[in-house]
Amino acid sequence: MQKTYYDPADLKKFGKISDWNQELGDKFFEYYGKVFEEGALTAREKSLIALAVAHTEQCPYCIDAYTKDGLQRGVTKEEMMEAIHVGAAIKGGATLVHGVQMMNKVNKLDG
Amino acid sequence: MATKSLHKRESDLANSNRQLEILSNGIFQNGELPTFKNKIAESNQFPLKAKKLEILQINVGYMCNQVCDHCHVDAGPDRKEIMTRDTMRQCLEVIKNTGAHTLDLTGGAPEMNPDFRWFVEEAAKAGIKDFIVRSNLTIIRANKKYYDLPEFFKKHNVHVVSSMPHWTRGKTDKQRGDGVFDASIKALQVLNAVGYGMPESSLKLDLVYNPSGAFLPGDQATMEKDFKKALKEDFNIHFHNLFAITNLPISRFLDYLIASENYEDYMYALVEAYNPTAVANVMCTNTLSVSWDGYLYDCDFNQMLELPVNSKVKHISEYDESLLEGRNIVISQHCYGCTAGAGSSCQGSVA
Ligand code: SF4
Ligand code: SF4
Repeated sequence: MQKTYYDPADLKKFGKISDWNQELGDKFFEYYGKVFEEGALTAREKSLIALAVAHTEQCPYCIDAYTKDGLQRGVTKEEMMEAIHVGAAIKGGATLVHGVQMMNKVNKLDG
Repeated sequence: MATKSLHKRESDLANSNRQLEILSNGIFQNGELPTFKNKIAESNQFPLKAKKLEILQINVGYMCNQVCDHCHVDAGPDRKEIMTRDTMRQCLEVIKNTGAHTLDLTGGAPEMNPDFRWFVEEAAKAGIKDFIVRSNLTIIRANKKYYDLPEFFKKHNVHVVSSMPHWTRGKTDKQRGDGVFDASIKALQVLNAVGYGMPESSLKLDLVYNPSGAFLPGDQATMEKDFKKALKEDFNIHFHNLFAITNLPISRFLDYLIASENYEDYMYALVEAYNPTAVANVMCTNTLSVSWDGYLYDCDFNQMLELPVNSKVKHISEYDESLLEGRNIVISQHCYGCTAGAGSSCQGSVA
């Protein structure tokens, strides 16, 4: 029996998702490739965004992939850590801003 | 960061046979990954053959003022292999008569060979179109006797190619040693001051980028843009081209890969990035490498693995370009480093 939910070797098999639905798989990978091309944002900037999102999504495959991708693009560890803090700040902020909802409710029910 | 070569440390990996064994065993023996030979055979590119010679690369010795972590030469201050003037004379005979358009001096730090300047002066007289010296930059600032190297290079119209792993201090010093970044920046400024690397200048200054760890280089053109922007903004430094070079899994880089438990992943990454169109242009197809003691190899990597050319002609003293043309290149799994992604050679990407 597999002992863990995640296996690093599965990242290499990502492309296999097309085996069970070629059309949608192909469309996804074409879209994915296009998204990361140099555009109004540089491919380097996109890589850093992907790294931050990989953390907020807590996807170990993406963290693996975009850390390596960043290194290959010459991204420094300081830049990577700052990007992750941006993700963390948004995550933390998104939690906390809902505190206003809680406060509204308390004020209404028990104000 | 090590301060001694693998040879001085008497490491197992100082032995080239041991390196070749590692590269042939494990994942390549049990069939997890295809051997380089089988891989190129898939596209009918085996055996790999030498074409007409274009680049003559001469390694004038393994001594170096640095001990970089990734060095495929296992160079360092403790290496004593140095080309003698006699061997240089034999090389000069070849340089005068070769059909190659490029002469490429490398090391170690070639400038540390006591006959380096004499050799450059004599070789420059042959009038080869492109005369490269691979200078590690810090040597120019290592000792007063080297301070005038930029002027010396200029006098002989030498094309300077220098290593620079990153535009930040942290990443550079991690790979090449403390203080290397500052000394390299200073050396680049001096080179710029005599005209090297300036936008319209004919004094060519190119940089070599190779990754500081177990990952492949990014796109060469994009890296060049990033390097140019950062070096210009931070230090007002100019250079011409950037060559992105993949670290080959031999010598100190192999030692690092094994010690950091990255060896298998790195070989997987190289094999996955295998690009058959890069095979046609790998540098051994148009280059010949001469060692400090005058022996001939398909490339500097094969020299370090002590894999001599597969030809009747083995030594510079018996050099015959027509006999060497068409020889079968000697390959092993380290060759995957030359065919990953856009390919890699001493002149950067090949595909
Ligand atoms: S990589 Fe170059 S500068 Fe560094 S130790 Fe090796 S020969 Fe010397
Ligand atoms: S390592 Fe040398 S022999 Fe192998 S492909 Fe590269 S240049 Fe050719």
